[in-house]
Amino acid sequence: MKKQDLPGDFAIWIFIFAELLVFGIFFLAYAFARAANVELFNEYQQHLDRESGAINTVVLITSSFFVVLAVNAIRHNAAQLCARWIGLAVLLGGVFVYLKLLEFGSKYADGITLSTNTFYMFYLSLTFFHFMHVLMGMVILTVVAVKAWQGAYSAETHTGVETGASYWHMVDLVWIVLFPLVYVMH
Amino acid sequence: MKYQSQAVAKPYFIAAIGLFVGQILFGLILGMQYVWGDFMFPEIPFNVARMVHTNLLIVWLLFGFMGAAYYLVPEEAERELQSPFLAWALFWIFLIAGALTVLGYLLVPYAQLADITMNDLLPTMGREFLEQPTITKVGIVIVALGFLYNIGVTILAGRKTVVSLVLLTGLVGLAVFFLFAFYNPTNVVDDKYYWWWVVHLWVEGVWELIMGAILAYVLIKVTGVDREVIEKWLYVIIAMTLITGIIGTGHHYYWIGTPDYWQWWGSIFSAMEPIPFFMMTVFAFNMVNRRRREHPNKATVLWALGTAVMAFLGAGVWGFLHTLAPINYYTHGSQVTAAHGHMAFYGAYVMIVLTIISYAMPILRGQEASDPRSQVLEMWSFWLMTVSMVFITLFLTGAGVLQVWLQRYTEDPQPFMVVQEKIEMFYWLRELAGAVFLIGLIVYVISFFVKGGERVTIGSSDTA
Repeated sequence: MKKQDLPGDFAIWIFIFAELLVFGIFFLAYAFARAANVELFNEYQQHLDRESGAINTVVLITSSFFVVLAVNAIRHNAAQLCARWIGLAVLLGGVFVYLKLLEFGSKYADGITLSTNTFYMFYLSLTFFHFMHVLMGMVILTVVAVKAWQGAYSAETHTGVETGASYWHMVDLVWIVLFPLVYVMH
Repeated sequence: MKYQSQAVAKPYFIAAIGLFVGQILFGLILGMQYVWGDFMFPEIPFNVARMVHTNLLIVWLLFGFMGAAYYLVPEEAERELQSPFLAWALFWIFLIAGALTVLGYLLVPYAQLADITMNDLLPTMGREFLEQPTITKVGIVIVALGFLYNIGVTILAGRKTVVSLVLLTGLVGLAVFFLFAFYNPTNVVDDKYYWWWVVHLWVEGVWELIMGAILAYVLIKVTGVDREVIEKWLYVIIAMTLITGIIGTGHHYYWIGTPDYWQWWGSIFSAMEPIPFFMMTVFAFNMVNRRRREHPNKATVLWALGTAVMAFLGAGVWGFLHTLAPINYYTHGSQVTAAHGHMAFYGAYVMIVLTIISYAMPILRGQEASDPRSQVLEMWSFWLMTVSMVFITLFLTGAGVLQVWLQRYTEDPQPFMVVQEKIEMFYWLRELAGAVFLIGLIVYVISFFVKGGERVTIGSSDTA
């Protein structure tokens, strides 16, 4: 018996590492750009909606927890329960998307665009890029939930559930770095 | 050959090789004109030779892609091609239209060609790589539609595999993005902006899907590794290609009048573009190492590994060299770009087409693999062309670095032509390497006509 493999499909891990690399480089670029414009970054950071960001952090972490419960459920052969937990996680993903859209909407109403200044360029790019990943994760989780409901997974074979869960945790992890970095730290 | 209709791939491959020879001859003329300005003037001016060199490249690669599709799709779909007749008809239409276009470039002045072909009805001429008369462009669209119909119906009515679906996605993308060749806004910023949707989204987007699919197909055939394993790799590779390549278009938007954020977006995303190419290299070597059979076609295995390595070097590494905005500020439009262009096109697209030709041509001619002597020659041509392309790239890189240093990255910039004279040595060396490339290509063509030699056979002989 070989040692414990990575959960989920191996391919998703290559994908996750590649995604983390993209975000990592984006964060590095943010750090360099900020170092060159500390005052500008500190000033405009004050205009961000930290409350919405904080709520969204709790929302995403909670949804990740639901996904953990879903994996736990399928390991005990409780397919319907697994599907319900994933469904709740997707629902919370929807809450995140809704709050984020409100946030984007208010920035848009203020006339802020990618060209306003370097800080807003990074804020909008990073949050939007992450936003797209949340949508992608929701699509993946929905597919997994439907398949789980239809009985495609069992305690023995549930690679699909672990694959979706791993991706969702990645989306969560990126936000956990992104939120303090862009909204809070100064 | 499992399906009779796969035979239509043969004329496509032959035409591709023929046009390839033409492309290289014009490349040598151009290389000579770099050091001997009025070489062949006024018969073949530089701008005309350049147009023929680049257009022939694109056309023969398209012949190669179409041939590859006609060959591999019936086998993947497990049914005959929807209409072999249509494939033959489109072959002649495309070949004749292509030949007439090149003759037009060579025989009449470009402005007159525009008049003759009634460009003013729908002006699309005059843009780099998209110089074709509008009527030729319309012809390309018709050929593409007929081709996609033929391939699409065959795939959708038969067994759908990841390989054939990725190939189809790439080919549909190729056709869709070509439509931007018809959009010719008067604002020069818009003009360049959408021009890149054809140029960049082809070679750093959908063409990579085509390349990945062909490579995966050949690896399945020559290594006998499980399709599931190869398909998983293919998924990851194309996902990375699209994540990095689409927004990576931004690395062309640094200095053309587009908003500043493109400098960040373009730099960050295009810096990742080497990743899918690196994955392809790891993928190819991994599959060959895990092979379950010894395929008698050694030359194909060499091409498959070669294309993965050279695509990574040419497209990945040489692309990365000048993709970051602060560096590109100094290097754009210099010989560094030409160096990258040569090795990327050769490594990724020339070599993938030669890979599928190497695999399919012997089978189309009734053998599992060419005779050993023929394969030896083919492998010689591989090394001659590949090594000389490495040297062409290195010499152009040398020229480019010096050009940037003397003309741009300096307190005391020197005029363009003064710098060109100082880097002449590199142009001579490049031309020499180009001549070796031509020798390699001649050896390649000869390899199709050589027979005999002892075959050391190991393993089974099924062509699946």
